Amino acid sequence: MAAEVVLMNEVESKAAQLGIDLSVDLNSIQLPPGENFGIVSDDEDVYLDDQLEFDSGFGNVIVVDNLPVVPREKFEKLEGVIRKIYSQIGVIKEDGLWMPTDPETKKTLGYCFIEYNTPQVRYLQLFEEAELAKEKTNGYKLDRSHIFAVNMFDDFDKYMRVPDEWAPPEIKPYTPGENLQKWLTDEKARDQFVIRAGTDTEVLWNDARQSKTELVYKRTYWTESFVQWSPLGTYLATVHRQGAAVWGGATTFNRLMRYAHPQVKLIDFSPGEKFLVTYSSHEPSNPRDANRVVINIFDVRTGKVMRDFKGSADEFSVGGAGGVAGVSWPVFRWGGGKADKYFAKLGKNMISVYETDTFSLIDKKSLKVENVVDFSWSPTDPILALFVPELGGGNQPARVSLVQIPSKTELRQKNLFSVSDCKMYWQSNGDYLAVKADRYTKTKKSTYTGFELFRIKERDIPIEVLELDNKSDKIIAFAWEPKGHRFAVIHGDNPRPDISFYSMRTAHNTGRVSKLSTLKGKQANALFWSPGGRFIVLAGLKGFNGQLEFFSVDELETMATAEHFMATEIEWDPTGRFVATAVTSVHEMENGFNIWSFNGKLLYRILKDHFFQFLWRPRPPSFLTPEKEEEIARNLKKYSKKYEAEDQDVSMLLSEQDREKRRKLKEEWEKWVSEWKQTHEEENSERQKLRDGEASDEEEEYEAKEVEVEELLDVSEEVLPFEE
Amino acid sequence: MRPILMKGHERPLTFLKYNRDGDLLFSCAKDHTPTVWFADNGERLGTYRGHNGAVWTCDVSRDSMRLVTGSADQTVKLWNVQTGTQLYTFTFGSPARSVEFAIGDKLAVITTDPFMELTSAIHVKRIAKDPIEQTEESMLVIKGPQGRINRAVWGPLNRTIISAGEDAVIRIWDSETGKLLRESDKESGHKKTITSLTKSADGSHFLTGSLDKSARLWDTRTLTLIKTYGTERPVNAVAMSPLLNHVVLGGGQDASAVTTTDHRAGKFEAKFYDKILQEEIGGVKGHFGPINALAFNPDGKSFSSGGEDGYVRLHHFDPDYFNIKI
Repeated sequence: MAAEVVLMNEVESKAAQLGIDLSVDLNSIQLPPGENFGIVSDDEDVYLDDQLEFDSGFGNVIVVDNLPVVPREKFEKLEGVIRKIYSQIGVIKEDGLWMPTDPETKKTLGYCFIEYNTPQVRYLQLFEEAELAKEKTNGYKLDRSHIFAVNMFDDFDKYMRVPDEWAPPEIKPYTPGENLQKWLTDEKARDQFVIRAGTDTEVLWNDARQSKTELVYKRTYWTESFVQWSPLGTYLATVHRQGAAVWGGATTFNRLMRYAHPQVKLIDFSPGEKFLVTYSSHEPSNPRDANRVVINIFDVRTGKVMRDFKGSADEFSVGGAGGVAGVSWPVFRWGGGKADKYFAKLGKNMISVYETDTFSLIDKKSLKVENVVDFSWSPTDPILALFVPELGGGNQPARVSLVQIPSKTELRQKNLFSVSDCKMYWQSNGDYLAVKADRYTKTKKSTYTGFELFRIKERDIPIEVLELDNKSDKIIAFAWEPKGHRFAVIHGDNPRPDISFYSMRTAHNTGRVSKLSTLKGKQANALFWSPGGRFIVLAGLKGFNGQLEFFSVDELETMATAEHFMATEIEWDPTGRFVATAVTSVHEMENGFNIWSFNGKLLYRILKDHFFQFLWRPRPPSFLTPEKEEEIARNLKKYSKKYEAEDQDVSMLLSEQDREKRRKLKEEWEKWVSEWKQTHEEENSERQKLRDGEASDEEEEYEAKEVEVEELLDVSEEVLPFEE
Repeated sequence: MRPILMKGHERPLTFLKYNRDGDLLFSCAKDHTPTVWFADNGERLGTYRGHNGAVWTCDVSRDSMRLVTGSADQTVKLWNVQTGTQLYTFTFGSPARSVEFAIGDKLAVITTDPFMELTSAIHVKRIAKDPIEQTEESMLVIKGPQGRINRAVWGPLNRTIISAGEDAVIRIWDSETGKLLRESDKESGHKKTITSLTKSADGSHFLTGSLDKSARLWDTRTLTLIKTYGTERPVNAVAMSPLLNHVVLGGGQDASAVTTTDHRAGKFEAKFYDKILQEEIGGVKGHFGPINALAFNPDGKSFSSGGEDGYVRLHHFDPDYFNIKI
């Protein structure tokens, strides 16, 4: 204390000398709100943590308004009615229903409070019963003049705090953002990818020229479950317990936005990456109920919730192949190409199509289609293809129809007889739609497969039926050539199936499908077209242990065959120059990835234990017009000259560097060896001593000496008589 | 050349050792009989009967007269190489894991495993010229490292002892006093159990193999890390060519997981690396279990590998091996 006083005195005297008024109370100085004098907190989490609201303990209380006002005699009857309505939703706490009365008139006041029995809830978990009650009964018509208005008790504070007068929103000064697409301007025109192994997530350049990777950004515990690129590659999304976040930037990865959604399980971007859909599913308090599903749609850039959907899992799990716990993901499928104009959800006997201008149903109602089980959008146009299965034991045939949005007019319809199942495959430009129909044979004991091919862009949308040469072949895989007119099918029942290539054109007639070739007996069960078309990887995953065949469809010949033992994943880079094959942690061994050139040359391989994800960073579509692209393709020689020269320089440099490195290593080694030799020689005599003087050491060579040994075997003396 | 398949053991191989002249190959296995073979044609010359447990290790004297073997039956035995008679038996309270004769063959270093309440230990025994004069007592007992000590060898001029084992640390001890002189540091050292250690012909450097899927080359005197060789599998055995700048790493997935996957998944290959450039040169396949033991013939023209599969494979190099350029 003393020291402090002295100090203060000093300060005061000094101030007096200089004539400064010290009578300012430092504590009374407050920073203007929002001002920090340029001192930014290192971590925005500090702020966010402060904002976390604490439960007021009334989270499971709702307020029901607009009840009839009744005298005391009718009080119990009304209470009974309310109790009946709200007990259907959840267990009301004992004494949890309170309907206050006017102390003078003894009449009710027209509202009541209901507390549910949801136990005091864990951090960030939802008060499901109360919330469900609010959702379900808000707007409930008791009679014509009494329409319930239900609110969460906690919300009242919120509503009370709304200021009475409208204040104009503050316009924040424009701050230029980083160029989020800087990676596209890479001088070496490389591509990026993200990998997740162990606790590390890394974004790397694929430096194919140097046959290695170059680190862009690395972070441990970046995500709590998985990462995902946005469809145009601008953002990398990470998923956490509290929500999702997107990252991006010119040179590194900064957090750009967070989307709060407790216990988010799945995320999905709209194709134009304007919106982000997040999904979570919560265990119900009553184990007999279905899980509760919460879906939020965020605006990616502002982080605002554009619309949320809540309900039981049953409502979201109609039709389609099961994704997670009965809900097929994505629940909402985006249509209308990259404009992100529409999204749709399959419901019972209907398809709900929403538009993103208002985030409400088109024409305020869903598209009614009896018994619809599947639908899919054209990748480019607002056209829906939907499938209705056979009904009434074959009396009503199955049906595929194309519906235009937003007019909801049917463009084309095709009835299909004795169909057991149907799958729809759109070509990436939306030019063609292939419908794979599994039909029963006459005996109904087995099925065979045929294709219905729709030409969407032609007048009246002609349909062509295609059957395989051997109709009973099982279809193992089907894939359209991206941006092209060809498709590949793996078919056959034997362990080595056949692969056929078809074109939607023939040499003379663009309106007829034709077979290009069939490859017999291939070890393949999956097809991976290059994003640029022309090349395809025929892959034998799982049972085939990672057989790869790089095939050129233009030439109809195999460019290379290879194997990435145990490979589980195959992905082309967005330009179609490289292929990545990976063994992820589904296998214990061999984890890691290989990078191949498009024609099947192994460029490099990297092994990582606990390898979870490999994802190429997508690229936005090219700005070049199709004509320009064609021109470049035609004059490729001219354009490629520059790059070939560059390639050569790099390989020269590389071999130069390599030689240099090797020379250095050799020199270093020589130094070690000479040192060792010297000490070894110095110690020579001592070593000899240890060996009792035996001329030691490895240096001495064996000498072949000829040694004559005389051995006396026996000596005997004999006296020989001397005769003369 | 086609490898010579030497079938004589009934259990997984544990150790291989050539004598100085390179004409004999001694093999140890989990069956109880160390075996000696002609190193040229793989013909079995004889066995050493007497152990009552898996034999983990052996060493042969410079003059190829004495063999010393260490076994899980808690004994170390001295043998007459020629006749196969037991000369002496040292008994310990726990299995013997490694043995090595010192320069001059007057001393031997023996490591014993932790067993019951005993901790692992390094023993130095005097080896008498005449087996009749041989005594049981240890000149020195070193204790300290945690877990099993998988290998202990003599440093230059018998002045030091180098040990390595389950705690992944390499230690250099004074062989007179038993004082700890050096320790490999955690940063540059192995991350998991060191399974094997082999010295260069002149003893100036040594190579360690570890379950952390790497092998490392160290300077014997300073314990400086010189090279690291990365691989895809746990390394069970290492060897260095005395002739060329090559190192060989053997291993494979854990024996317990072998049956669950394809044979190719195991990577039961002996991998050749360039000692200086640390690059992989090639591999020798053949075993259908992990490789547990590797040894180079002192002339550098052949090597042998012993596997969990119970086979010893003797490889004589083809002429083009000696002209590999990378």
